[in-house]
Amino acid sequence: MSDAPVDPAPLPLEPLVPRSSFLTLLEHRSLLPSWPGIKPDDLEIPEGTTVLALRYADGVVMAGDRRATAGNVIAHKRVKKVFPADRYSAVAISGTAGMAVELIKLFQTELEHYEKIEGTRLSLEGKANYLARMVRGNLAMAFQGLVVVPLFCGYDEAERVGRLYTFDVVGGRYEEQDYATTGSGGSEARSFLKGAYADDVDEDEALRLAIEALVAAAEEDAATGGPDIRRGIFPNVVTVTSSGFTEVGDDRIAEIAGRVLEARP
Amino acid sequence: MSMPFYVPPEQLVKDRADFARRGIARGRSMVAFEYADGVLLMGENPNGSLHKLGEIYDRIAFAGVGRFNEFETLRVAGIRYADLKGYSYGRSDVTAKGLANAYSQTLGQIFTHEVKPYEVEVIVAEIGPTSDETQLYRIQFDGTLLAEQRYAAIGGKDDELAEKLEEAFETNLDLAGAIAASASAIEAVEEREIDADEWEAAVLDRSMDRRMFRRLEPGEIAGARS
Repeated sequence: MSDAPVDPAPLPLEPLVPRSSFLTLLEHRSLLPSWPGIKPDDLEIPEGTTVLALRYADGVVMAGDRRATAGNVIAHKRVKKVFPADRYSAVAISGTAGMAVELIKLFQTELEHYEKIEGTRLSLEGKANYLARMVRGNLAMAFQGLVVVPLFCGYDEAERVGRLYTFDVVGGRYEEQDYATTGSGGSEARSFLKGAYADDVDEDEALRLAIEALVAAAEEDAATGGPDIRRGIFPNVVTVTSSGFTEVGDDRIAEIAGRVLEARP
Repeated sequence: MSMPFYVPPEQLVKDRADFARRGIARGRSMVAFEYADGVLLMGENPNGSLHKLGEIYDRIAFAGVGRFNEFETLRVAGIRYADLKGYSYGRSDVTAKGLANAYSQTLGQIFTHEVKPYEVEVIVAEIGPTSDETQLYRIQFDGTLLAEQRYAAIGGKDDELAEKLEEAFETNLDLAGAIAASASAIEAVEEREIDADEWEAAVLDRSMDRRMFRRLEPGEIAGARS
């Protein structure tokens, strides 16, 4: 960030700055976050993940493991990778952790900023498109090896269904039908879900599917951490339904994770 | 070339203040009224889509009277200020006091430097975890910043309205009581009755999660007054 003051007095009224975008405001004030001159070869930046989302009867469930790795070192054991984007959507991150967290914070602020200024929320598709634009804005860093790929899901208030979106490094945005995964253990989780997924399951079954997919990924991918019952480290699991974003409590996850681990072949 | 006339500064300020006051008096009043769970903001606004009340941040709300485009500019600037500050530092660093000060600076600057002063008056309200920490600020067209207690009124008949609110105020009123008291005070000053769907009302409600601003439906207002 530059040295432009965040809190100038008097308040700049800026009638000519486009109204509802927070990102544009940051650009205008030269406050956009940037990581100039990073060469990832020189340093170990935490990355590695499995995050996934799937549709069920009431909406969507999204889950992510808690491990961050830097090279072959486990850098953090309790990282949070699944976040609320706004009241009716959730976003999860994979890739270079520091940049991904900043991306999420910007995205959350952008959605809230838009909602307050316009007095109405963006459509779910509008939010997904906006996130795609933010990923695309990061393209120069991606070419240096600092990749950030989010996963986005939410409850479409107009259509009254849950929706899932995946992204690629260049900002491509793809709507997925039943389930979506990303991160280093994503393909393992995907192959589990391919066999186990069923339409219109209830919440308990959806949570079990999500947690078991993470367990399956953790078994094969060193950069994905499984549930650690002894230390009390459990995946972040959230649901988004017609009543909005809800974080599933650790107690409930612990109970399901216990059952899943018991039953694993 | 014409010679510029000498205008004494007293006269200049008085003319500008009269001009702004006349503009504000043409519009409808707004009130902020403390109740058990937070602060009620309320006023007559028959136009349902052009809001005079708005959410600024988690615990902070805005109300404006006067020229719509002018207080709308202030509202947007306030949201920008709050989001920028919360994003750069932390969510708890965004305060009504900081925002009220910034509004005061801006309106003061406009009053003396611009071709015409803003014909607006605004309220910035913030709630804390308990009612002792509720803050109400009123900022006038010339940048005068007033810290109010329990209730605040802005608009043409603000003094009269404040008197009515003083009579009606009780500590720990519930929401319905606060709606009834505020609505009756405004109706008494306007000397006419106002339909339930012609009000605009919102609350900052302590019992809600992070974002505590909520607009009230016409049904809630009608229910509170029946």
